[in-house]
Amino acid sequence: MTTLPQSTEKKLGLVIDLDTCVGCHACVISCKGWNTENYGAPLSDQNPYGDEPMGTFLNRVHSYEVTSPGETAKTVHFPKSCLHCENAPCVTVCPTGASYKRQEDGIVLVNEKDCIGCGLCAWACPYGARELDQAEGVMKKCTLCVDRIYNENLPEVDRTPACVRTCPAGARHFGDFADPESNVSKLTAERGGMDLMPELNTAPVNKYLPPRPKDTWDFEESVLAPFLAPVAEETTGFLGWLDKQLSKLPGDKETN
Amino acid sequence: MHPAPSVIIFTTLSGIGFGMLAWLGIDATPPQGWVAFAFFFIAYALAVGGLISSTFHLGHPERALKAFTQWRTSWLSREGVCAVAGLCVIGLYAAALIFLGTHLPILGWIGAALSLLTVFTTSMIYGQLATIPRWNTPLTSVLYLAYALTGGALLTGRVSIAITLLLVTTAVQIMWWLRGDKAFADRGSSLETATGLGNLGTVRSVAHPHTSPNYLMKEFIHVVGRKHAQKLRIISLILMAGLPILLLSIHVGHIFALLAVLSHVAGVATSRWLFFAEAEHTVGLYYGMR
Repeated sequence: MTTLPQSTEKKLGLVIDLDTCVGCHACVISCKGWNTENYGAPLSDQNPYGDEPMGTFLNRVHSYEVTSPGETAKTVHFPKSCLHCENAPCVTVCPTGASYKRQEDGIVLVNEKDCIGCGLCAWACPYGARELDQAEGVMKKCTLCVDRIYNENLPEVDRTPACVRTCPAGARHFGDFADPESNVSKLTAERGGMDLMPELNTAPVNKYLPPRPKDTWDFEESVLAPFLAPVAEETTGFLGWLDKQLSKLPGDKETN
Repeated sequence: MHPAPSVIIFTTLSGIGFGMLAWLGIDATPPQGWVAFAFFFIAYALAVGGLISSTFHLGHPERALKAFTQWRTSWLSREGVCAVAGLCVIGLYAAALIFLGTHLPILGWIGAALSLLTVFTTSMIYGQLATIPRWNTPLTSVLYLAYALTGGALLTGRVSIAITLLLVTTAVQIMWWLRGDKAFADRGSSLETATGLGNLGTVRSVAHPHTSPNYLMKEFIHVVGRKHAQKLRIISLILMAGLPILLLSIHVGHIFALLAVLSHVAGVATSRWLFFAEAEHTVGLYYGMR
């Protein structure tokens, strides 16, 4: 049913720490791996070894440069996947009822057996969280690893989304935003967790933690600078003599 | 947005087809017998042909029947319901005219209303999308209805009405373009709001997630096609309205009418190509492109 629930019992989602993310793409790979081997149609690749490889990904990492006058430029790596919006525009546009938001935990899912692959949900999503699989012709999106988080066949430590489990920097956190005492609620409150494109009123569940302010250096130069010997500009010693003698002989290649 | 031929053909032909059905439905003295057959055949060919074309871009067209179920929330589903209802009602109305020589005006009016409702639902599929500010306006519905009524009047031989509507549609189209050119900036979405990093400074995309274009870029970013947009706008207006008005003013006859219709359809298709090619989706922001 494409009518959105009035409210959900839990609000499961992710906190992504833009201060900590190192842009290694491990979350992209683990996501692709888990979601190709498990729930639903595999995430296909087209022309994977050719000139222009293309494939379906539920999570992609962008890299941005942030500049501000008088400051050094900052690089911010930016993982992006479904934000499991409370006011999910992708769900209500679905003509078949394949897209739905779960009442019990707020996860937005696609029932692939009902999906006609019209692509309208991808058009309705501001974030590019949905991708039409080119081999299967059905819409793929982040499931919040619904087949891991409740999976009692897995050790408890693995019952988190694959991207969270694999992140070597600890930049991704999974939890219930409906519980004010949860890890994700506390992190959001402490660090000023933010919504992406709030002007579109999608009410995303996932929050992004902004990069922390960088510290500053109040001195003119490094305290170690006086102890550094100047670097020789001319070669000296035997190699210097050899270089000069060889340069006198004709036949050197022109160098730029 | 990627201008997919199937969707351009669909909106162009179905719009004109349903416009024809609307005019035929409210006609106080509709054609009967073989003449009625010819008019309804053309209208159905356009309306149904367009609908069939729209299924070509589906990943699983065999499941299309499921699209009739979610009319409570989905404009695409409502479009399907309205289209089938309209075609059924007008079908009965047409059969009575063709085979019995009987005019059933109430059925005609209901069918006409459903036909225009179908065009309205089509327009809302695009008009509802906050992600594409250029489309996200009630003017999009006005535009689609204007095109449908104009094409319908032209193809059902209502010459004086058609000339007036061609001028009205030209005005609506120009208004829609002028609003659309400012729409993205007016909405206020930028790479800064998209990343939430605006407080820190100006944001620039330095590396895409992958080395070559993906589905999102192919579907939502269509920069190349916008190069000749201004010229194509003028061409579309000349073909859609200018030439047809000229031809209809010179002489009313089958050949001139046919030329006017062909020119009009080509103009509408050009406008629809621009409708998609010029549309900028917020996903483009993440890639530093629009």
